[in-house]
Amino acid sequence: MNNNVNRRGPDAFDWCFLSIIAAIISIGILSIYSVTNAGPATKFPIYLKQVTWMVVGTLAFLVAAGIDYHKFARFSYVLYGAGLILLIIVVISGKTSRGSQRWIPIGSFMVQPSEFIKIPLILTLASYYGAASRKGWLRRLIIPGLIVLPGFLLILKQPDLGSSLGFLSIFIVIVLTVGMKSKAFGFVVLAALMLFPFAWGGVWGSLHSYQQDRILSFVDPGSDPGGKGYHGLQSRIAIGSGQLLGKGLYGGTQTQFKFLPEGHTDFVFAVFAEEWGFLGSVIILALYVILMLMGLEIAFNAKDITGSLLAVGVVAMLSFGVIVNIAMTSGLAPIVGIPLPLMSYGGSAMVVNLTALGLLLNVKRRRLSLL
Amino acid sequence: MFDTSRQANELADIQSRLVFLKVGLLMILVLLGLRLWQLQIRDGAYYQDLARDNRTRSIVLEPARGLLHDRNGELLANNIPSFQLYVSLEDVQDRDALMAQLPHYVDLNMDTLADKLSPKYRRGRVKIKSGLSLKEAALIESHRIELPGVAIQPEYQRHYPLGTYASHVIGYVGEISEAQLKNPEFVDLQAGRVIGQHGVERTLDAHLLGETGQKVIEVDAFGYPKRSLSIQPPLAGDDLYLTLDIRLQRLAEDLLGEESGAIVALDPWNGDVLALASRPGFNPNDLSGGISPQAWQQLLQDARHPLTNRAIQGQYPPGSTFKIVMAAALLETKTMTTEESLTCNGTFPFGRRVFRDWKRGGHGSVALNKALAESCDVYFYKVGNQMGIDPIAAYSRQFGLGEKTGIALPSERAGLVPSSEWKQKNRGERWYPGETISISIGQGFLSVTPIQMAKAVSIVATNGHVVQPRLLKGIRLRRTGNLKEEPEPPTHQLPISAKTFSDIKEGLAAVVTRGTAKLAQSSIVSIAGKTGTAQVIALKDDDDKTEIAKKHRDHAWFVAFAPVEQPKIAVAVIVEHMGHGGSAAAPLAKALIEAYINFGPPQDLNAL
Repeated sequence: MNNNVNRRGPDAFDWCFLSIIAAIISIGILSIYSVTNAGPATKFPIYLKQVTWMVVGTLAFLVAAGIDYHKFARFSYVLYGAGLILLIIVVISGKTSRGSQRWIPIGSFMVQPSEFIKIPLILTLASYYGAASRKGWLRRLIIPGLIVLPGFLLILKQPDLGSSLGFLSIFIVIVLTVGMKSKAFGFVVLAALMLFPFAWGGVWGSLHSYQQDRILSFVDPGSDPGGKGYHGLQSRIAIGSGQLLGKGLYGGTQTQFKFLPEGHTDFVFAVFAEEWGFLGSVIILALYVILMLMGLEIAFNAKDITGSLLAVGVVAMLSFGVIVNIAMTSGLAPIVGIPLPLMSYGGSAMVVNLTALGLLLNVKRRRLSLL
Repeated sequence: MFDTSRQANELADIQSRLVFLKVGLLMILVLLGLRLWQLQIRDGAYYQDLARDNRTRSIVLEPARGLLHDRNGELLANNIPSFQLYVSLEDVQDRDALMAQLPHYVDLNMDTLADKLSPKYRRGRVKIKSGLSLKEAALIESHRIELPGVAIQPEYQRHYPLGTYASHVIGYVGEISEAQLKNPEFVDLQAGRVIGQHGVERTLDAHLLGETGQKVIEVDAFGYPKRSLSIQPPLAGDDLYLTLDIRLQRLAEDLLGEESGAIVALDPWNGDVLALASRPGFNPNDLSGGISPQAWQQLLQDARHPLTNRAIQGQYPPGSTFKIVMAAALLETKTMTTEESLTCNGTFPFGRRVFRDWKRGGHGSVALNKALAESCDVYFYKVGNQMGIDPIAAYSRQFGLGEKTGIALPSERAGLVPSSEWKQKNRGERWYPGETISISIGQGFLSVTPIQMAKAVSIVATNGHVVQPRLLKGIRLRRTGNLKEEPEPPTHQLPISAKTFSDIKEGLAAVVTRGTAKLAQSSIVSIAGKTGTAQVIALKDDDDKTEIAKKHRDHAWFVAFAPVEQPKIAVAVIVEHMGHGGSAAAPLAKALIEAYINFGPPQDLNAL
């Protein structure tokens, strides 16, 4: 990126960024449409609801991109505190579904605070490290760790293993970026973290099934131990049978004949991969990769630490979702109920992800103003 | 404060580390890409096959039902392996041929077979028969090649090692019925699932059920299993410990023997049901294995109603056992004191009627203690008439009569405590004072269940401590393996004075020492109780009671607690058509109480 200081409107980078987001969301809505149009016609079909969420999310995106992120950062602790209070409300009186208490009903909508609190978390950590030089273990690791811990535990308590790990991953990636002393050490930890889904398979597979059951049913009653059950298998069949070119729109037998459960939410990737094959899957993967790399590019060019870490946090949040979801639907990781960012149906996640992407663009646009 | 150069340095540090993130991210996404290549390109044709014929069959793996124990860990219900016959409908080419073929190998009811294979079911796996004999299973296995879609699956079958003992408490299991499938209570369950149908098997089903597992197998084009693709093991149900002491339960049922009747024994302090016997009983093993329609009809039409749990469903007039409640009412309403006497000359003329005492010639001068001990009817006629029906009804309800005790068993009955309001509402006429006189000795509209009487006498034993009879003592959770004791149900204290209770207790002790229940007198433990005789039909004075048909003879009641000073057990006994409580019921209660005292202090559940 050059110092094209004087450009005020959106540049080529911005347009590329926005187009990728729009492309992923559109593909998601198409897949949701394909899964859910088979049932009886309803007044307000699910894909239209997702369009509505996209519109709401776009408004959130504009707000998040438009107001200087330092203003958000100033209120980050308050926002984070409010998020924790919502999580406590969930624990006390949230809606229970499939053995887990995750939602607060607001009117006819169900809001999932464990999604919303991720933004304040990123803002809080970014402004904490950005406000002063944080030297030593205590200030660099322990204090921010204590900030993260209550949120992590409250989400784990719901219980929602996947989301709580997602929450933790934001913290870990930011801490790693702020830096351990030795780069080598950082690299090892990083590699271990990144290989976690694959290592998980190995360690997990060596446990007895009853041990797995005990662990998983403790942390997440709705889970599917080891991805070995019916859902996992039907998902692998859906993806695999797509072969190179896929079965075409509405052509997915796994989806249309309801062998694949949760096709519009957690397993939307399998729906897409069945209909569009390896070619389509690789294109989707590439879109996500480009989006992440653009995010890291923004982090690299940020004008201050707060901005840089804000960008890193957003990338961590989104890539956790993409990696764990695809690993889970393709049978590399246990099925822990993580939606695919921007594609899976879900209002809370859509609004939160678009807000996060708005913040990313925000960091990019501010970087020029002081130079 | 953060100076600009430090900030710039640290920013540069962060920038240098972003490279690692970038590399890590790319590595993982490449790995995911490789995984997709593996699934979609390398193994794509294989998955295409699986998807095209949808050659996967999902088999529900039944969990083992939770075990039932008594309070000492004695086994009441367990599971034994048995063979089940299943048919995967989508793999059957010709259902009529199968329907003709199967009966050659297996003894089947043709109507149920025709129903299960009827065209209304298009696909899925149906259980045709459970509990196949070894021979039947072997025959099917050896002819499997001619029977596509047919499979033998070993599963657990419920077994009750005690046979008929405690059958009404334990209940039995059975396949979920079509009506039950439509009931929202069973929304999570699928056809073919075996659930509790009666007794605690029914009421505590949620604990006992466990969670089904699932096995996905790949079948070939003819429906023969080729290999297992995935397996999720089932999770067995939780093991339950009941409050019953099976030694006492056996004794209670043996004491009733061939007679019809019921015995309930409670721990008066916490409501633990120590024994809940109802005779005649049934063998739950016969019912759980899929009973034939004929045998079922026979059970239903049996004149002695073996399926009825008399302890909670039998509604009888309490007879003179009701005088306990009357005594509390008359003392608390200050209608009489313990010192005041009335004269009983054997009759109580009221209007145009004459109410008779059971003892011709009467009891002479009678105060409360003697009235209870000798069960003087005239004394209670007189005070009942003085009080009127409504205070009597109010005190009856305080002792838990007229309402279900809430024990965890299905179909409990509430009995009936009549009042003037009740009569106006249900019979459309006013209450006649003469009716109060019948109620005063536990006859008339009044009806109670044996468990209600056991609860009422418990309340006296503990001076007004009201407990809810309970059956569940503890749960061993399958997930953790820990034995968790159930919290004791809430209790409350009746607003009746301790003096009243001690006066009643003195009277009840006198019943045994010198009154109508001398046969209950024990050399090892002090017992207090009250006899009762529940009239089945009104007899004329000159009827010879030995001559009348047994079904018209009175029911014998005895309610008791012991030891008098420090009660440990409360008992209600009813023996149908056996006449006097003092002779037919009191000895049974005595035997039961002595046995319980001889058992020694109850074992702590956590010691198991």
